[in-house]
Amino acid sequence: MKVLQATDIQKSFGKNPVLRGISFDISQGEVLSIIGPSGSGKSTLLRCLTLLERIDSGYIAYEDLVMAKNDAASGKAVYSPAPVLQQIRRKFGLVFQNFNLFPHFSVLRNITEAPIHVAGKSRDEAEKEAMALLDKVGLAEKANAYPCELSGGQQQRVAIARALAMHPDILFFDEPTSALDPELTGEILKVIRNLAEEKMTMIIVTHEMAFARDVSDRVIFMDEGVIVEQGDPKQVIENPQSERTKAFLSRFSQR
Amino acid sequence: MTWDKILNFTLQLTSNALTTLQLFFMTLLFALPLGLLTAVIRMSRIRPVSYIMRGYLLVMRGTPLMLQLIFFMYGVKPAIENLLFNAFGASVTFSRLQVAIFSFTLNYAAYFAEIYRGGIESIPAGQREAANVLGFSKKQTFFRIILPQVVRKILPPMGNEFMTLVKDTALARIIGVVEITSYAEKMQAFYVSVLPVVIAGIFYLLMNAVVSRCFAAAEKRLGYYS
Repeated sequence: MKVLQATDIQKSFGKNPVLRGISFDISQGEVLSIIGPSGSGKSTLLRCLTLLERIDSGYIAYEDLVMAKNDAASGKAVYSPAPVLQQIRRKFGLVFQNFNLFPHFSVLRNITEAPIHVAGKSRDEAEKEAMALLDKVGLAEKANAYPCELSGGQQQRVAIARALAMHPDILFFDEPTSALDPELTGEILKVIRNLAEEKMTMIIVTHEMAFARDVSDRVIFMDEGVIVEQGDPKQVIENPQSERTKAFLSRFSQR
Repeated sequence: MTWDKILNFTLQLTSNALTTLQLFFMTLLFALPLGLLTAVIRMSRIRPVSYIMRGYLLVMRGTPLMLQLIFFMYGVKPAIENLLFNAFGASVTFSRLQVAIFSFTLNYAAYFAEIYRGGIESIPAGQREAANVLGFSKKQTFFRIILPQVVRKILPPMGNEFMTLVKDTALARIIGVVEITSYAEKMQAFYVSVLPVVIAGIFYLLMNAVVSRCFAAAEKRLGYYS
């Protein structure tokens, strides 16, 4: 069964169409990168898949849990009732571009708050697991620090640990390195690479072409709300077929 | 005034200061939660609800507190007492201090509401989104994620309001509450000396020094980020 299935997703902001019929799916353990110019709808797509935005029409399901599907009569998307959506929220995690750590909590509490109060774990268990996750992202010694005391790269690694603490089936990354200077992007990419080796299912919106090529199993190139091209990362990034993809990627290789 | 008269006056003033303190603390006790509730309703997406709250905020912040005191004392208080008597046969009388606490609460809740609202709106949307994705309910998000950050942010304007409230308690004398200022005024006439007024001023100054210290301590304690 597919971890996530999306079919013909349409979404407009007012009269401005942002997603114009996006369809794709992702299997267990697959790493999918989404590339494309700014304003192509990549982030909006991620926000729709994580219930931060509502789609106008289309179909989204996580395994056998349907998030939204079209009403036969109106052709507009109808969302499943709140308890189902809450169940679906437990299936995914999201890492934001600008981290969005909770500034009033210590690093440890940023990670344990949801496991304790959403998943109902005991404090001991949640803290033990949080320490293991911090160890994994190389920040065990920062457990009691506050987010403002950390570098951007460290904050993003905490954000990844926070998402992992809820044991998502699939992890989304929304331009995880775009708010970081080039020296710090490496540490984030390394963490994601390790997750890929552990067969974590991931969808990564990124501008790091070399990274997308090396770490993903599949790449999607989006522009103006549609998927222009998709396939094997080497194929798409080194030998793109569509003119639009070529033009976009040539600007990257010039830099 | 001789030294023993000054001492005597100061002791008497201290007991009146208890009334001032009572008015101060009771107002905070009711107005702080009421203000939060008002702010949340004010931000409601249901237009009519939001507009009713805006009307309340306009009246409370747009008319003098002194007028509101007089209105509640001589308009609302007897009306409610009559209503209770006619409807339930209960003969209830509210004290002047109770009416003052009631008026101050309604007035200060309006100011607090706007401070809360400013604080709540200043929290980046990403905080709510992060909480939402992690599965926190709306209630959990508000009380665990948003409100603690709001409290930190609104400490400076709240400090202002607390200090203003200390001084505003003097207005209660207009409806006959015997507190610091009314007693000092009486003694000023009795002794034909401004000394009672000066001593009363020192009382307010001391109270506000304490308020100011408390806020400084709170800001330092919550200064985990800025």
